[in-house]
Amino acid sequence: MSGQRQTNRSLILVLGGWVVAFFAFGYALVPLYDVFCEITGFGGRTNTEAAVVAEAPDLTRTVRVEFITQTNEYAPWEFAADVPSMDVHPGQLNFATFTARNLTGDDKVAQAVPSVAPISASEHFRKLECFCFTSQAFAAHEERPMPLQFIVDPDLPDYVDTITLQYTFYDTVRLSAK
Amino acid sequence: MSTAVADSHDVHDHHGPEKGIKRWLFTTNHKDIGTMYLIFSLVMFFIGGLMALVIRSELAIPGLQFVHPEFFNQMTTMHALIMVFGAVMPAFVGLANWMIPMQIGGPDMALPRMNNWSFWILPVAFGILLSTLLMPGGGPASGWTMYPPLVLQTGNAFPFLIFSVHLMGISSIMGAINIIVTIINMRTPEMTLIRMPMFVWTWLITAYLLLAVMPVLAGAVTMLLTDQFFGTSFFLAAGGGDPVMFQHIFWFFGHPEVYIMILPAFGVVSEILPTFSRKPLFGHDSMVYATASIAFLSFIVWAHHMFTVGMPLTGQMFFMFATMLIAVPTGVKVFNWVATMWRGSMTFETPMLFAIGFIFLFTIGGFSGLMLAIVPSDIQYHDSYFVVAHFHYVLVPGSIFALMAAAYYWLPKWTGHMYSERAGKLHFWLSTIFVNVTFFPMHFLGLAGMPRRIPDYSTQFADFNLVASIGAFGFGLSQLIFVYVLLTSKKGAHASGKVWEAPRGLEWTVPSPAPYHTFNEPVHVDRTVAFPQENP
Repeated sequence: MSGQRQTNRSLILVLGGWVVAFFAFGYALVPLYDVFCEITGFGGRTNTEAAVVAEAPDLTRTVRVEFITQTNEYAPWEFAADVPSMDVHPGQLNFATFTARNLTGDDKVAQAVPSVAPISASEHFRKLECFCFTSQAFAAHEERPMPLQFIVDPDLPDYVDTITLQYTFYDTVRLSAK
Repeated sequence: MSTAVADSHDVHDHHGPEKGIKRWLFTTNHKDIGTMYLIFSLVMFFIGGLMALVIRSELAIPGLQFVHPEFFNQMTTMHALIMVFGAVMPAFVGLANWMIPMQIGGPDMALPRMNNWSFWILPVAFGILLSTLLMPGGGPASGWTMYPPLVLQTGNAFPFLIFSVHLMGISSIMGAINIIVTIINMRTPEMTLIRMPMFVWTWLITAYLLLAVMPVLAGAVTMLLTDQFFGTSFFLAAGGGDPVMFQHIFWFFGHPEVYIMILPAFGVVSEILPTFSRKPLFGHDSMVYATASIAFLSFIVWAHHMFTVGMPLTGQMFFMFATMLIAVPTGVKVFNWVATMWRGSMTFETPMLFAIGFIFLFTIGGFSGLMLAIVPSDIQYHDSYFVVAHFHYVLVPGSIFALMAAAYYWLPKWTGHMYSERAGKLHFWLSTIFVNVTFFPMHFLGLAGMPRRIPDYSTQFADFNLVASIGAFGFGLSQLIFVYVLLTSKKGAHASGKVWEAPRGLEWTVPSPAPYHTFNEPVHVDRTVAFPQENP
C-alpha cells in the first residue's frame, strides 16, 4: 500500500503543478496579449509614446483621416474634434485639435484612449504628440484645446484610403481614487 | 490518501455503510459519492429546466407578459450556469465515480477523502449562486460568458457569482485530479492503457482538459473581481486594459469546456452500442486517437466564438480552418459507431434508443457547428437563435441524451432491479419528439434574424417561437417520466450480474446491485469480457 501511496503522491504533485501553471498562464495571457496587440496592431492599438518619424511626404497619395469621439458613461464631458476629418499625405506632419470641457463643478482627471480602424492601418498611424499619452487634469468647468500631431506612414497598405481614429474619453477620478 | 482505502477495508468490509445522514456526509465510498453527484445533478437539471420554462413562457408570444426584462436576463444567465456547471458536468463526474473504479477493476477512487470534499463543495457553490436571485438587484444577468464591462454592472450578486464560479472550479479540479490518479494508478494489472474501455479513456482525456482550463477560468474571474473591487484595470479601457482580452481568456477556457461536456458522452455511447449490437466496438484504438485529437484541437479554436469582435484576416482563416478540422476526428467517431451497429444483432432497449438518438441528433448539432465555423456566414449567424439551436442540439440530445442512456444502461447494476422498459421507451420517444419541436424551429428563427438573449421580438418570429415553447413544456414534462422510472426502479425484476444479454467490461462481472466494495483484490480478468476489442 505504501508504494501505491508514494506513486499517488507524486502524481498528485505533478497534476497540482499543472493546475498552478495554468492559473499562472491565465495571468501570463495579459502581458502576452499586450505584446501581440503591439506587434499586430490588433484591437486598433497605436503607439502610446511619442514616435520619431522622418519620412519624405508622398504628395501623390491622399488618405482621409476621420475623427470620432465619445465619452463613456461615467464621464460628464463635452469632447469633440474641431474638424470631423482631414485629407492628409502619407509622410506629412499633420496637426489636429480636439476640445474638451468639464461639465461639472468638480476638479476632474480624464484619460483619452485611442483606437484606429482598420487594423491594418493602426501600426502605420504614428502620433508624435498626443493628449492621450498622459492623463489630463481639468479644473471645474474648464474648457481647453487638446492637440494632436501625427504622421501617416508611407508604408500604409495601398488598399487603405480612409483611416478612422476614435477617442474614448474616460473619467478616471474613480480609478485614481482607488 | 490511501490510508482511507485501508481504513475502509478494516472498518466497513464486514459492516457495510454507516446508517443515516452520516453515511452521506462523511462517505468516502465511490458508489455513494457517485450517487450523490447524480442526484445533485438531476435536481440542478430540474431547477435549470424551470428557468428554461420561464424563458420559453415569456417568448411564447411577442410582447412582455410574465417577467421583467431584467429578470428574463437573469433567467438566461442562471439557466446556462446551472445547466453547464450544475447539471451536465457533475452528472458525468458522478458516472465517473460510479463506473471508472468498476470498469478498471480498482477498489475505489484513488483519493476518497478528496472525493467527498469535491462533491460537498458543489451544494455550497450552487446555494451561493441561487441565493443571488433573492438579493437586491437580483442575480447575474450578463450571460454566462460574464463579459466585461457589462458583468461589472451586476449588483450585489457580483462577488457571489465570482466566488461560486471559484468553488465550482475547485470542485472540478479536485474531481479531475482524482480521476486521473485513479485511472493511472488503480487499474487491475492486466489492463494496459490502450485496453481501457472507451468511457474510461474519454474521461482520462476530459480530466486533463479540466486541469488545463478550469484554472484559466478561475484566473479570468479573479481579474474581474480585482477590476471591480481592488482598482486593477485588466479589462477597463480607461486604465489601459482591454475588454476584448477577457473574451480571449474566457473562450480559451470556454471551448475546451464544451468538449469537457461531450467527450464523456462519446465514451458512454461507445459503451452502449456494442452491448446492444452484440459486436465489439469498431475501431477502439482509433476512437482513442480521435478523442485525443479533438482534445488537442479544442485548445486552438477559441476565437471562432469571437469572429465579429474583429481580428486580422489571417486570424479568421486560422480559426476557421482549425475549427473545421475538428469535424475529421468527430467524423471518425460517428463512422465507427455506425460501423459498430453494421450487421450487428441489434435490439432497441431504452439505453440503445438514447444512444442512437444521440448519434443522429448530435450530428445535426455538429453540422450547424460547421456552418458557424465559416467566417462569412458566422457574421450573419452570430448572437442569433441559430447559435442557440446549435449548442442546444449538441448539449440536450448530445450530452443529456448520453447521460440518460448511461443512467438506463447502468441503473440495473446500481439498484439490482430492471427499470420499467415501457416507461423508459416512452421517456425516450417523448423526449426525442419534443427536443426537436423545441430546438429545430430555432434554426429558422436564427436564420431569419432573431437575436438571442432578448425577452421580446418582432411579430414575424411569433409562430416558430410558439412551437418552440410548446416543445419546451413537452420536453420538460417528459423528464418527469425519468423521475417515475427512478422512483419505481426497485420494483422491477431482479437483475443478473450481466444485466444485458452480451455486455462487455469488468463492471458486469460483479453481482447486481454492485456490492458496497468491489475489486478489493486485483482480479485476473476474463479477457473476452474485459477486452472486447481483442476478440472480434
